[in-house]
Amino acid sequence: MAFIPHTDDDVRQMLATIGVERIEDLFDEIPPALRAAPLTGIPPAASEMEIGRLMSERAARDGRPLSFIGAGAYEHHIPAAVWAIVTRGEIYSAYTPYQAEASQGTLQTIYEYQTMLASLTGMEVSNASLYDGASGLAEACLMAVRANRRSKSLRILMPRAVNPTYRKCVQAIAGNQNLRFEEIGFDPASGQTAFDAVERHAGSDVTAIVIQQPNFFGTLEDVDRLTDWGHKQGALVIAVVNPTSLALLKPPGEWGERGVDIVVGEGQPLGVPLAAGGPYFGFMTTRMEHVRQMPGRIVGRTLDLDGRPGFTLTLQAREQHIRRGKATSNICTNQGLLMSAATIYLAIVGPEGLERVASASMARTAELVAALTKIKGVREAFTTPRFHEALLKLDRPVGPVLDELARHGIAGGYDASADFPELGPTLLVCATETKTSGDIATYAAALGTVLGTARAA
Amino acid sequence: MNDTNLTAAAREPTIFDLSRSGRKATAQMPPPMVAHVPPELRRRRRPLLPEVSELQAVRHYTRLSQLNFSIDTEFYPLGSCTMKYNPRGCNQYAMLPEFLGRHPLAPVALGQGVLACFHELQEMLKEVTGMQGVSLTPMAGAQGEFAGVAMIRAYHRARGDLARNEVIVPEAAHGTNPATASMCGMKVIEIPCNAEGDVDLDALRHVVGPNTAGIMLTNPSTLGVFERTIAEIETLVHGAGGLLYYDGANLNAILGKVRPGDMGFDVIHMNLHKTFSTPHGGGGPGAGAVGVGARLLPYLPIPIVGRDGDAYRWLDERDLPASIGRLSGFMGNAGVLLRAYIYMRMVGRDGMQRIGEYATLNANYLLARFRQAGFEPAYPTRRATHEFILTMKREAREHGATAMDFAKRLLDFGYHAPTTYFPLLVPECLLIEPTETEAKETLDGFADAMIAIQREAAEDVGRLKGAPYSLPVRRLDDVRAAKHLDLTWKPAA
Repeated sequence: MAFIPHTDDDVRQMLATIGVERIEDLFDEIPPALRAAPLTGIPPAASEMEIGRLMSERAARDGRPLSFIGAGAYEHHIPAAVWAIVTRGEIYSAYTPYQAEASQGTLQTIYEYQTMLASLTGMEVSNASLYDGASGLAEACLMAVRANRRSKSLRILMPRAVNPTYRKCVQAIAGNQNLRFEEIGFDPASGQTAFDAVERHAGSDVTAIVIQQPNFFGTLEDVDRLTDWGHKQGALVIAVVNPTSLALLKPPGEWGERGVDIVVGEGQPLGVPLAAGGPYFGFMTTRMEHVRQMPGRIVGRTLDLDGRPGFTLTLQAREQHIRRGKATSNICTNQGLLMSAATIYLAIVGPEGLERVASASMARTAELVAALTKIKGVREAFTTPRFHEALLKLDRPVGPVLDELARHGIAGGYDASADFPELGPTLLVCATETKTSGDIATYAAALGTVLGTARAA
Repeated sequence: MNDTNLTAAAREPTIFDLSRSGRKATAQMPPPMVAHVPPELRRRRRPLLPEVSELQAVRHYTRLSQLNFSIDTEFYPLGSCTMKYNPRGCNQYAMLPEFLGRHPLAPVALGQGVLACFHELQEMLKEVTGMQGVSLTPMAGAQGEFAGVAMIRAYHRARGDLARNEVIVPEAAHGTNPATASMCGMKVIEIPCNAEGDVDLDALRHVVGPNTAGIMLTNPSTLGVFERTIAEIETLVHGAGGLLYYDGANLNAILGKVRPGDMGFDVIHMNLHKTFSTPHGGGGPGAGAVGVGARLLPYLPIPIVGRDGDAYRWLDERDLPASIGRLSGFMGNAGVLLRAYIYMRMVGRDGMQRIGEYATLNANYLLARFRQAGFEPAYPTRRATHEFILTMKREAREHGATAMDFAKRLLDFGYHAPTTYFPLLVPECLLIEPTETEAKETLDGFADAMIAIQREAAEDVGRLKGAPYSLPVRRLDDVRAAKHLDLTWKPAA
């Protein structure tokens, strides 16, 4: 039997110990009318060899396109050691470290992770991960409502330049608690959040303002000015950041005069494969003064009976298994395995490696934009400095262009036209350190062919 | 007897203690390139990241891993968590390079293989639960619960039934149930269970009414027994205009035997990391797929995989305009879904039913052994389902040996502790779930360890109070941890 070890003899002995004749007798408390018919819709069992072959065929069919897509998930090199370690059974098949003495490995890893993420973002404390960046932003908005006791409005300023999927996700999760999200437009020339649109809310009760750096277009925002404005209004400031970019960019803890209050983001770029959309992990850091409003697990260092240091889950009175209906969040299981991968990734690449990944991604994107905008019918939408993504305007609908590129084995970017119809046909492209000059030339040649124009000199 | 043999690994320093300025793992880095960051946006001080060699990192995290208990190394009878074996084949074939390298927004024309797996998984989950539609996107059980309650809310609102803002939850429920209801802006009404572990129907009758949005139930319940009055509950709640939510935490117990859809539930979440054996990863990732009956189909969270003829595609807000929306950046925990898909295919039609049978056999066998040894079941007149509760209140009264003492001493015997002090209403309780993947010898070894600890409790309870002795650390001071918060490593001053 698949994954069931019992011999016939075992079953006989066990039933005798229980004092019943058949396994079926153990289900005698279930009303007979409720018993299920055979599950004819499930295929018969396949062996590991058969399913292995099927999966390999399906994987081969999907292939490995040359990808220039970002839009919230980024292809980076992952050192081989990262997944060799996290797929060890002692990490992979353990559970939440409720029994601290039997989980020191997981707990110490979380403590190291908390240290790395707090420092990377310039904040004081970190939790042990949330599900992903998008749902993490929803948790951050709910946290801001709890933490900003002076504000009664439940109003959150949400720039339109924030990842559109994040905005939808925040609405779906936090909208049920009557939070109101006020959209703030962007400047059509710079791609930055429009400061005059922000200013319109001056003097009103604002619970929090969200700032994404770089924003969805890859554009760098004037984060100091926005942060100071938010604080002047009595709002909390929530930063949404790309963790790779923080090797080069000023950390949110240093934005403006005082730094932001809550930082969240998608942790996937730190050693987690793209994997068709997940599992990734969300990170969240904050100031010590807000730690009791933070959702998710937190690990602290303490002492054991013999006075030696050890690690344990702490501040559990915030959590659902203690506080039930009054918890900071319903989150229980989070993304422990991915948090472990990120910790090992950061340990191996170190501060210099992360800086090189960020610089190479930024430089390769500049090279990509230069190559693609030489093609007639392609221009860059905005003029402001960017990190490792850029929004391109095309002279025709983007969908068919991407379909045609797919036939060349190229995933050419994200079609942003439906999200930002006011900009016309737009394509969001990204290059990281994984792309060579040769890859960029291949893409430019294919796009030139697809657009049916010769490249200008 | 010397069981204070602490290993060297117990003193593993932090990765920051190993760090030396200027040390780096260059083979893993790209070559340096110049990036033009505007000066006012540039980072001034490097973050506190370790500077170690690859070997140091590998050795450090390998040694840390060895400080953990895990399913691959120890029996892990953690009640309500279904810590069954995670087949390696599921992991290997979910981690094929094409799957790992696939960008979630890559063209669907280049993703028909992975979408076929998701679509077939949706269909299999519908079949095994008896529901009409499934969405795979929730990323954990608690997010599945959230999706479920949000759909119930959307259903009532769409009908203009705006007064329904109360969710009924039995007091034995997982903490995530009331926390979820609150997160959805609902009022939580807790109701008691009777002495035999069934929901108190009189209490239910008293609270259902025009404000009832729904009830959240686990069946088998968290008390380790089948909720026998489920048909009456269904009639009462539906009769009052409310909907029924099934928390799938305990689905393993009834897999192939009873389907939540047939019990009258309108919406369920499944913990794929429990029932369908995807690894728990030291606290996630999970996956909390939701299934719904006909009434809630329009509200399912997106994206869902649809099929047009031979081609698969994502269904989004254009296909499901009444959807409660998106709960994740992309497609939930896609890699977890692939593992669950492979597991279900390897188990197959008949194997699915055997899971419920052998999980139940193992739990009832362990319970029988504990009864013979004089332990006290919390619900002595009831069958165990896939799990059961022992109460140590007599051991606590007579010897001062608490459930926590048993739990900690079990670690010295090489067994992970059962769930302790949950459900909250049973005093000094241990919630024990062996799962179907454990052999009889393992169960016997565990029962023998409990019996040995029972004897120790009578002879020298101090032995239990000081446990564990053989782990990397002894009992930790949780009060100190919360009072003197030390949440990040700091360089020596």
